[in-house]
Amino acid sequence: MIELDDVLVTAWSPDPAGGEDVVVRLLGPVSLRLTERRIAVVGANGSGKSTLARLLNGLVLPSRGTVRVDGLDTARDGAAVRRGVGFVFTDPDAQIVMPTPVEDVALSLRRLDLTADERTAAARAALARFGLTGRADVPVHALSGGQRQLLALASVLATEPHVLVCDEPTTLLDLRWRRVVDDLLDGLEQQVVVVTHDLDAALRADRVLVVDDGTVVADGDPADAVATYRRLMGVSV
Amino acid sequence: MSGPQRPPWSGPLGLFHPGTSPVHRCPAPLKLLALAALGLALALLHGPVSALVGLALVLVVHVVARVPWRRTLRGARGVLVVALLVGLYQWWASTWQAAVEVSVDLLALVLAATLVTTTTRADALLDVLARAAGPLRHVGLRPETFALACGLVLRTIPVLVRSSLETRDAARARGLERDPRAVLVPAAVRMVAHARATGDALAARGLGE
Repeated sequence: MIELDDVLVTAWSPDPAGGEDVVVRLLGPVSLRLTERRIAVVGANGSGKSTLARLLNGLVLPSRGTVRVDGLDTARDGAAVRRGVGFVFTDPDAQIVMPTPVEDVALSLRRLDLTADERTAAARAALARFGLTGRADVPVHALSGGQRQLLALASVLATEPHVLVCDEPTTLLDLRWRRVVDDLLDGLEQQVVVVTHDLDAALRADRVLVVDDGTVVADGDPADAVATYRRLMGVSV
Repeated sequence: MSGPQRPPWSGPLGLFHPGTSPVHRCPAPLKLLALAALGLALALLHGPVSALVGLALVLVVHVVARVPWRRTLRGARGVLVVALLVGLYQWWASTWQAAVEVSVDLLALVLAATLVTTTTRADALLDVLARAAGPLRHVGLRPETFALACGLVLRTIPVLVRSSLETRDAARARGLERDPRAVLVPAAVRMVAHARATGDALAARGLGE
């Protein structure tokens, strides 16, 4: 279970008037208990939804309040939290650091107590699960954008986290790859929190959070929350 | 017509060519030891004959490894130019024997090193590096982190090259190809952004903690 208790995230920002740097609010105050299996977070660009996602595995620490994942505080037990909470970025190129898919997945497995052969075997098994067996040994630059995002997912899920947070995982993908990634995420056993602009995907979630100007302005049933978001954006159906 | 486009260079750790040759099957530490021994031998033995024997040895191993020449030469073509220039300088400043020795030694060593990276997975090289860095544990540095940092440095080289080429193209598209600021500033900004994104990605994967 993920708990956010009176969380506020602030940051220093240059003063537009040219004075001293000022503190700006990026998110909060927000208190949430996330227990559903599929949670979608929607909101405009710069609304604070990525900050919310990054809070969940300690990539961003709250300026006030606490974030707990299964009782572990992201500020005090960051490393332990990250072992249990996988994170997938929008741009897979930011996440893939090794020259071939099998080596990139094996890199994730280095923190487990496995021999090199066991790591490679586990990496190949993870790639097979994502339909990348035939691409395991090719240079990563030879993969399509969709295949790279699948590789990023495989690299994160190889260590079997119990929560997966995805920050706009399909934004850079075409319709076909978007469907492939969405179907994969839908089929995962883990609790999945997805930041997305894809309202169809949001409607399939168990719960939707709408973030606007650093505040969670709607939270609950997907149809109601998405309707609120459409109204906020001035978009009619 | 410019022919098929080449894939972007993947850097020193991106040259791996999968295979089942005896060279591929040879353990990574042994290959690195052999590379060190070759370097030592070429440094201690003087004259063009030893240099040519060293190069011939490397070429034989290359044939045994069944690695495509194009792939090897792609990683070593810059060194070919340097070896040629160094050879010409040595010929002018010293003797033709010195020119052959220096340029062929350099070529043999770079080809041997390239052979190691084309027949060894980056993952295996990181393992060797982590084991070799074991003593760093005594000064509070984790060998795995050290190996990962070294691997990232090597992986960042092609990213730097690609980023510079993209910013140069962007500057050209805006008609600013003669303004170095239009290339250097965005390239630097992009590299900092890349470094931060890589750091975030590693942290998110629980690596280097």
